[in-house]
Amino acid sequence: MSVPAMELRGVSVNFGSVKALQDIDIKVYPGEVHSLLGDNGAGKSTLIKVLSGVHRPSSGQILVDGKPVTLRSPRDAQDKGVATVFQDLGMISMMSITRNFFLGREPTRSRLPFSRMDKEAANRIARQAMADIGIDIRDPTQAVGTLSGGERQSVAIARAVHFGARVLILDEPTSALGVHQAAVVLKHIIEARMRGLAVIFISHNIHHAYPVADTFTLLNRGRNRGTYAKADITRDEVISIMSGGEDLKALEADIERLLASIRQPVA
Amino acid sequence: MAVDDKMTSMQSPADRLAIRRKGGDAPDERLAATSGLVQMLRRPEAGAAAGLVATMIIFALLPGAANLYSLQGSMTFLTLSAELGIIATAAALLIIAGEFDLSVGSMIGFAGIVIGLTVRELHFPLWGGIATAFAAAILTGYLNGLIVVKTRLPSFIVTLASLFILRGLSIGITRAVTGRTQIPYILDGIPDPGTAAIFNGHLLTGLFQWMGTAGWIATRSDGTPFVAGIPMSIVWWLVLTALAGYVLTQTRYGNWIFATGGDATVARNVGVPVDKVKIWLFIYTACAATLLAAIQVVEAGSADTTRGLLKEFEAIIAAVIGGVLLTGGYGTVYGVMFGALIFGLVQMGIFYTGIDTDWFKVFLGLVILVAVLVNNYIRTKAIGRGASR
Repeated sequence: MSVPAMELRGVSVNFGSVKALQDIDIKVYPGEVHSLLGDNGAGKSTLIKVLSGVHRPSSGQILVDGKPVTLRSPRDAQDKGVATVFQDLGMISMMSITRNFFLGREPTRSRLPFSRMDKEAANRIARQAMADIGIDIRDPTQAVGTLSGGERQSVAIARAVHFGARVLILDEPTSALGVHQAAVVLKHIIEARMRGLAVIFISHNIHHAYPVADTFTLLNRGRNRGTYAKADITRDEVISIMSGGEDLKALEADIERLLASIRQPVA
Repeated sequence: MAVDDKMTSMQSPADRLAIRRKGGDAPDERLAATSGLVQMLRRPEAGAAAGLVATMIIFALLPGAANLYSLQGSMTFLTLSAELGIIATAAALLIIAGEFDLSVGSMIGFAGIVIGLTVRELHFPLWGGIATAFAAAILTGYLNGLIVVKTRLPSFIVTLASLFILRGLSIGITRAVTGRTQIPYILDGIPDPGTAAIFNGHLLTGLFQWMGTAGWIATRSDGTPFVAGIPMSIVWWLVLTALAGYVLTQTRYGNWIFATGGDATVARNVGVPVDKVKIWLFIYTACAATLLAAIQVVEAGSADTTRGLLKEFEAIIAAVIGGVLLTGGYGTVYGVMFGALIFGLVQMGIFYTGIDTDWFKVFLGLVILVAVLVNNYIRTKAIGRGASR
């Protein structure tokens, strides 16, 4: 394959004596949905923060388009083509869609410091950018707080795509959503992939990740437990590895025994 | 917001439908038609504007209305509103950005003392004294802001400390230098009418003289009108309100102010310089307090260590009456203008109607309570379309 859009080489993150991530290698290619799966505590949140520029790795390298980079902040990462849609949605609910869309990158009519924002252009561009990935909004001046969770995710994805992201990182994009809305967001993820973006989809929900992902990287206890192409692994195998395999089987057996002991007297 | 924008959203784009939600919830059905009136009521300053109209009507029906609404009476309450409005506008921007400055009142007193001492004791020219006060304000605002953003302490606590420090410095220094707590005769023997006129002159004096000569407005026996012109405090107030309104709604800095108060983490993630926004606004509130101090010193010809007492709360009250959310992220400066007008009108109105002015504070408390309740209601109900442009 070509050069990975984003690559981690031997990335470790330590918080004091806690090793949150150890020696992680990940390659994400353009036009690929790469799903990072892991149970709670697997190190997903730390990994997102490394990928998005919130934390810097204690050791290891981050490469974007084959070049080593240092991501100083989420904004710095965005400027280098790596955009993250955070789980808490990354939007300000009392501000309008357009104001959120252009926050930090407001179009002005001239380069003078107190120049007017070009609101007409901003509204037009925001509407168009969202139409381009298939989102039809009612009114770009309405407050983000009036949108549903799925719509907010959609706006955030449209914003990342519009501002030239080549790597789109989605942190649990479907976890807070209902079935229908989650499906809508999954469609946007495929749209982004079709435009040649590398999509990193972080989730603990295999049922949302499996249908859209091309590749899976499974995390457990801060380590990479393997990267698999979709053709090489089944849904059940994924679940087994990400939950620690044998542990879960033992736990399930325990639950079965408990349930059996409850049923016994009734029967 | 252009109306044609809304029209386009009501027509489904022909292509790109594949990803849209299917079924009966097409966007045109979700977009309820709203009349111009509803749109107006949804503006954050609507409550304050309605409150102002109601207050004006109440005082028009009470005795003393003729005096209150005379040219002279109007100028008096407008001057009160202007003096409050100058600091309330600054306080409002800071509250929208999610912070408070409780040191505004003390800064008024301190800046007055700086002007008084530099002019009287160090023999600075008046402009030099005022410039020194502004330098002190920039430093104070910068330190307030820096401590807040570096320590992440609530600005309420940090500026509460500044409130006491500045007031204490004012009294301590003044008494140490002059042996008193007032600095009189600041303008005596310092011929600088140009600087004085910037802060305490009148605009359109020719027009008012002409109106007086024509017999349209009341004049003294020597033919000069009682109201010489529009006081500079009102001019400063209107200019600052217009500028703050422009910055807040029309420029990227306004977008950053809203975002900083709305959610600082989100704002930081997309590259908004949240800390700088806050520090600049702390500097602005301190400078607004100093402007008011300069106006008062030049008007009275003296400085007093107790000037500006409780002004920080009046500024916050005017902002809240004006529809600014105390929790940040929402509000307009035009609402604050109405808030300041209500404040000035009631203060003078109670005086003219002959009601015991002791009751003013009771009224004030009730107005705050009502304003906060209305704001809460508006936030939950009207945060919808058009409320946040």
